[in-house]
Amino acid sequence: MSITGLFLCLFLIGHLLGNLQLLLPAEKAQLSFNEYAKFMTTFPLVKLLSYLTYFSILFHAVDGILLTIQNRKARPVKYAYNKPSANSSWASRNMALLGFILLFFLVIHMKSFWYEMHFGNVPIDKQAFSELLSKGLSTEKALEEAPKDLYTITSKAFENIFYVLFYVISLAAISLHLFHGLSSAFKSIGLSNPKYNTALKIFAVSFSLVVPILFISIPITIYIRSIL
Amino acid sequence: MKLKLKIWRQKNPKSKGKMVDYNVSEISKDMSFLEMLDVLNESLNNKGEEPIAFDHDCREGICGMCSLYINGEAHGPSRAVTTCQLHMREFSNGDTIYIEPWRAKAFPVVKDLVVDRSAFDRIIQAGGYVSVNTSGNTIDANAVPVPKVDADEAFDAATCIGCGACVATCKNSSAMLFTSAKISQLSLLPQGQVERERRVLNMVKQMDAEGFGNCTNTGACEVECPKEISLENIARMNREHIAASIKSKS
Repeated sequence: MSITGLFLCLFLIGHLLGNLQLLLPAEKAQLSFNEYAKFMTTFPLVKLLSYLTYFSILFHAVDGILLTIQNRKARPVKYAYNKPSANSSWASRNMALLGFILLFFLVIHMKSFWYEMHFGNVPIDKQAFSELLSKGLSTEKALEEAPKDLYTITSKAFENIFYVLFYVISLAAISLHLFHGLSSAFKSIGLSNPKYNTALKIFAVSFSLVVPILFISIPITIYIRSIL
Repeated sequence: MKLKLKIWRQKNPKSKGKMVDYNVSEISKDMSFLEMLDVLNESLNNKGEEPIAFDHDCREGICGMCSLYINGEAHGPSRAVTTCQLHMREFSNGDTIYIEPWRAKAFPVVKDLVVDRSAFDRIIQAGGYVSVNTSGNTIDANAVPVPKVDADEAFDAATCIGCGACVATCKNSSAMLFTSAKISQLSLLPQGQVERERRVLNMVKQMDAEGFGNCTNTGACEVECPKEISLENIARMNREHIAASIKSKS
């Protein structure tokens, strides 16, 4: 759980840095984001990383479910009265619930963008296409070279307030999942020492706040731009 | 003061238990929690009813025999105390108090509030020992220099009394705090080096075989532990286990 969890944290950083291009001024964002999306789906090393990410997500989910079942079996008779809030955080006790919310989010999220990009009918980026033509490429070659217009798909999706809300709630769940998960992962691989535990905790808490907030800033910005 | 008690009653390991209501009065604030139960049992005896079975021994907070899940917390609402050291001044007149046994598959109920904690004994048997030279030239323990920091940490881990509050309070019924304390106290000292790798592998294996759950680092055990055993021990055990798994030849 800890190794795949930590790897997925690295994935989040990469995913965030790529997505932040969406915050550029519209025309610039469209060109660079679509170019980036093309790179991410075609470059061999990225392909390899993406398979590692799919594997991590699946392993993390399946292992998490199996461990949760095992843990539940370890207490067949529940307490009539239990007060866990006296000794542990809500997030730490509800990692499985948060995980299920994230799994649901991932299915919707990947259907919206990943599936469309790989198997759907995403039109090509017209702006990039005309630029390629002006560079003297033949129409056929330009059609081949021009990236798919994932930018427009993304922008359109986030013009829907319900989709934005769904996104914000899901990222709040990610934040809580990271709030406990990150520092727990360090402990599980034995990385714990009173000398640097405070620094580790500050890092984990900051990560669990900063990364989701930056992610959330994207759909909110796109939505506000769309209504202005 | 007067109290309403809701206590788990179960005749034997196989019978189905249930929560039963009792009323007690004339409870002094200076009584320990177990003395309050003594008062209740006295009255049950007088009425010819079966007294409530609960574990207790030294009543000084050092033997680890007493247990009880009181109002949703292991050893009750106070910190760093066993149930025998919990005093009735922590409660108010008219309070309702829930009293339940430790709940874990690995700690089956024997009767009422008494559970079988021999799973802990088997974990200790799996590796909680050190080799000692018995060939006639036994070395005095103090002859081996031990760094102060290590000695302190080992001692802190060794204060674990094996009461099982960590298992009882853990949402996964995990015995990681207990097992890690026992592993730490030996692995930190020079005397514990001979079996170091085998110890962590065997004790963790036995812990899993007993049916305890897995650690998710909620930290509840550390908070409820009457001896304030640190979560640091669990991280150390994980470290030792990873290292031993890589190094061990079998």
